[in-house]
Amino acid sequence: MRRNFFTRRERLSASLSPILVLALSLGFIIPALAATQLTGAGSTFDYPFFSKAFYFYSQKHPEVTVNYQSIGSGGGIEQFINKTVDFGATDVPMNADELKRAGAPVVQVPVALGGVAITYDLPLLVKGGIKLSRQALADIFLGKITKWNDPEIAKLNPGATLPDLPIIVVHRSDGSGTTYIFTDFLSNVSKEWKDKVGTGKSVQWPAQNSIGGKGNEGVAGQVRQTPGAIGYVELAYVIENKMTEAQLENSSGKWLFCTLRSVQAAAATKPEVSATDFSIVDRSGPNSWPISGYSWAVLYQDPTDKARAKLTHDVMEWTVTDGQSIAKDLDYVALPENVQETAKKALAQIKL
Amino acid sequence: MVPFDRLEEAHARRSVLSDRSFIAAIYCATIVFVAVVVGLFVMLFAGSWPAIQSFGLKFFWTSSWNPVTSQFGALPMIYGTVVSSAIAILLAGFVGVYAAAYLADFAPRLVARPLSFLIELLAAVPSVVFGLWGLFVLSPVLRDRADPFLEAHFGFVPLFSGPIFGTSLLTAGVILAIMIVPTVCAISRDVIMAVLAEHREGSLALGATRWETMWRVILPGAKSGIFGACVLALGRALGETIATTMVIGNKPAIAASLFQPSYTLASVIANEFTEATTALYQSALIELGLLLFLVSMVVNGFARLLTWTVLRPSRGR
Repeated sequence: MRRNFFTRRERLSASLSPILVLALSLGFIIPALAATQLTGAGSTFDYPFFSKAFYFYSQKHPEVTVNYQSIGSGGGIEQFINKTVDFGATDVPMNADELKRAGAPVVQVPVALGGVAITYDLPLLVKGGIKLSRQALADIFLGKITKWNDPEIAKLNPGATLPDLPIIVVHRSDGSGTTYIFTDFLSNVSKEWKDKVGTGKSVQWPAQNSIGGKGNEGVAGQVRQTPGAIGYVELAYVIENKMTEAQLENSSGKWLFCTLRSVQAAAATKPEVSATDFSIVDRSGPNSWPISGYSWAVLYQDPTDKARAKLTHDVMEWTVTDGQSIAKDLDYVALPENVQETAKKALAQIKL
Repeated sequence: MVPFDRLEEAHARRSVLSDRSFIAAIYCATIVFVAVVVGLFVMLFAGSWPAIQSFGLKFFWTSSWNPVTSQFGALPMIYGTVVSSAIAILLAGFVGVYAAAYLADFAPRLVARPLSFLIELLAAVPSVVFGLWGLFVLSPVLRDRADPFLEAHFGFVPLFSGPIFGTSLLTAGVILAIMIVPTVCAISRDVIMAVLAEHREGSLALGATRWETMWRVILPGAKSGIFGACVLALGRALGETIATTMVIGNKPAIAASLFQPSYTLASVIANEFTEATTALYQSALIELGLLLFLVSMVVNGFARLLTWTVLRPSRGR
């Protein structure tokens, strides 16, 4: 009896309705598919900027959408080498070994600029932010200065009452471009750091009292909670969360905070930045914040699918020029104009 | 009319067919399960081969984890993983079994029902929530209150001495304990309730108090089941990633004190895999995964051995 529960007509319409639904939904989907979808993968640092920039780009150019996956620079390079994405993004340019594995000439373009700020937590308010020299900062992270009332710090902060509190160094526990820039800076200002620790996205932190936090939010959380802590965080994160910032003396002897302007000023002092000479830490100049660096997009120089390559090229060219105005809204530092020119020149090498 | 014996024959044939297909299905399911475990092991082994080749056994007992110079040793992470899980199972074992005893035998039904539900709810909280809570609530409390108390009273033991950090091996152990308590408690409760009513009533009839009945009759009877619950919970603690990463301090060093930051195998992988660009670095991280696999296997095997040798004679159920 059960079998005849539905009449024949009902059964017929039941079997037809999925087809109808499918046909209808395809009708909606097909026009959307008409736009070419480009894919990119890599750096998490670039993600907020890229997602907003690419959204704006698609508004103006409905024929292109870009799907960017923030899987980390390592993963981005891996996918780029395997040719599963149209472009990769990485916080540190691809090295010789990776370029060899790519098997074809690669164009590397600076796409975003980031600054690294020093944040700390002290129970006593130090007016205008505590002042640190580059050497003092290196010694703190080396574990040579272990107390806040160390004469070295007291000398830089006359008039401030510094507490007798152990310094706790907070660093990123996850591999990150921020750590790379910061350790690049320390290696530049301290020979001891260069020999003992070196530069990298993850390093062996020498200070006795050190803890690692995951991500900017992890470091910020640790610093806020631990009296006597000091750490380094991406500029955008410091601005958005109004964190206490330390002043740093740059190589021209000027006391500065990490700001959008001071980072841009540092970048502008070195327009001819390239994948092999990309470090912009410890630049001299009256307004140059010493701890900053670029994030890079990587593309093949002689791509096989010229149509897609042209679209990718256009998206990237817009991103490094007009798209930079979006960067400012998100507290990224816009590329200085002379670096935008360098980036455009690099993109022009792609054979379309 | 179909003859009766032919009907029976058809039925028999059909049941043989359904039996056979059922048996085939359960074999397949088992083979899939075995294949996943074996496949995982083979993949991990293959992935870690470059690291195994260049570090050999040194990987297990050196303490330097330096991606810049490509020197990798896993000892601090093995230590952190094992110790944080040991703290967790020690705390969760006591609390979980006692709570289970209360829920199974002492609590009125009106209380036991909602409480059991609450405990099961705790098991469904995502670990990242535990991690955040651990970082922002638990670690300051431990740092400002519990740790100084421990240091003041037990400071002569190296485990509870030295400078106090909020994020530490101890904090990780406590968070893990909270995360695995539901597993211990829920299973233990079921096991305790499954102890024969005759045993319980007999003990009470002989004049034993409720406490004596619980301690001398019911818990010994439920021992192997409770032990199984602890092994299951320990497995979760060993592999827990995000919550420990947020509260352990992520420092690859072995310190005598539980107040010092430490690191676990799973945390290193979660932290460093996305940005590991050199082949050897990646391979070393995969070898950590292999190690975690081995550590879990050793711990589980050890627990099984303990169940067989120590607990078997007095098995009550």
